[in-house]
Amino acid sequence: MFRAALTIAKKDIYSELRTKQVLGTMIIFAGLVILVLSFAFDPANNTTKAVIPGAVWIIIVFSGILGLNRSLVSEQRNDTMHGLLVAPMEASSIYLGKFMANFSMILIVEIVAVPFLFLLFDFKVNGSILYFILVLFVGSFGFIAIGTFLAALASNSKSSEMLLPLLLFPMTSPVLIGVTQATKIILTNMEKLPSAIAWLQLVAAYDVIFFVLCFLLIEYVLEV
Amino acid sequence: MIEIKKLTKQADNKLILRGVDLSIKQGETVAILGPNGAGKSTLLKVLATLIKPTSGHVKINGLNLKKDHIKVKKLFGYLPHSSLLYDHYTPLENLLFFGELYGVKDVENRARQLVKEVGLSFFINEPVKNFSRGMIQRIAIARAIIHEPKIMLLDEPHTGLDQGAITILNNVVLSMKEKGCTTLMVTHDFKQAAEICDRIIIVKNGKIADDFSINNKSLGLVSEKYEALVEGVL
Ligand SMILES: Nc1ncnc2c1ncn2[C@@H]1O[C@H](COP(=O)(O)OP(=O)(O)O)[C@@H](O)[C@H]1O
Ligand SMILES: [Mg+2]
Repeated sequence: MFRAALTIAKKDIYSELRTKQVLGTMIIFAGLVILVLSFAFDPANNTTKAVIPGAVWIIIVFSGILGLNRSLVSEQRNDTMHGLLVAPMEASSIYLGKFMANFSMILIVEIVAVPFLFLLFDFKVNGSILYFILVLFVGSFGFIAIGTFLAALASNSKSSEMLLPLLLFPMTSPVLIGVTQATKIILTNMEKLPSAIAWLQLVAAYDVIFFVLCFLLIEYVLEV
Repeated sequence: MIEIKKLTKQADNKLILRGVDLSIKQGETVAILGPNGAGKSTLLKVLATLIKPTSGHVKINGLNLKKDHIKVKKLFGYLPHSSLLYDHYTPLENLLFFGELYGVKDVENRARQLVKEVGLSFFINEPVKNFSRGMIQRIAIARAIIHEPKIMLLDEPHTGLDQGAITILNNVVLSMKEKGCTTLMVTHDFKQAAEICDRIIIVKNGKIADDFSINNKSLGLVSEKYEALVEGVL
């Protein structure tokens, strides 16, 4: 099962490297968001530092949606999804493969966009970089795990571009609330670290529950 | 090999298949004929485990379609209307990907061999999106047989193929038959059906209207029966 998932993830990432369509769009989008933020809020002003933790997640959510939508809609061309469905593997392998591909893409966007954001705003991290990376990881994991599942659900509909964000926001808001709180604390006010960790634990639990749920339920979603 | 009992399929309150009973032995080459919308593609989709039947039983080699779906899927080589190929991938990359999914051993050699067999060696490193309909169909055929299936489900495989490719396809079917492979082929091309098949099934309104064997490639018999059943009634 894992081998099939890896094959699918490899295929997606490889074709992304070939076309650079989705990843390119995601990174350009992230760059634009950062630029507009820098116009709106004066980077030299100290109060603007408060928007940085939120900006990180705005970038992840919106560029994430761009990638998630494509990842399953792209399998409709020539009905390649049918090719995956008739191949000898569990439907959950398809989910796992798509999840791994989407997760690597969002990580790449984060690796490019977050340093750019910090540089442009001349943001000095007063907290722990390690904790920050952990928060990014846990938050992106949950967002992509749920997002991949919902993208599969929405891709059966004609208006998947509209449906995905509509479904995604209520489902991922616990994750997003938790990680924005945790990010804020970790980047600006390390004295409250225990409360950041509590948020993080909450999000991690949510991640695990939903990952397992999506993994088990995907079979019914992918049905033709 | 394939046992279908009282198979029905309903979609949107419409019965597409209304009680199909069919038994196919190993090594048979069966042509499925019938007018558009008769339910031929739906029958193949149910067999390929792409859609679930509403009621009825299907057994493949004694295996249950749902419970043993992984084993069953390995037996099938499915060629539907669409190519199931990734546009920006080359024939080789497409075949490697699907070969890996099916766990084919020595997949690279097998893929190259197949591309050669369907006569596209020259285009092995060109993305599929630049190909003509017939070339895509050739690769789609190669994709369907990459794992040397025991049962081939071909949905109108002759569409878009030139004379040379039709010969290639027929040879594929015949050589697979020698290895004991069973073939179900939906087609509108009576000539090819009579040429390579030894049994004809005519589907009409989601039911099997006729089922007979042919030998000595009697094209006349096929069209005679088809006309009597399908066009005569209209
Ligand atoms: N998913 C579906 N929902 C509703 N009707 C369908 C669906 N798939 C097929 N049909 C209908 O079932 C009938 C048989 O379709 P099909 O099996 O594709 O016919 P054919 O014999 O030409 O291959 C058609 O009338 C088609 O409109
Ligand atoms: Mg059809």
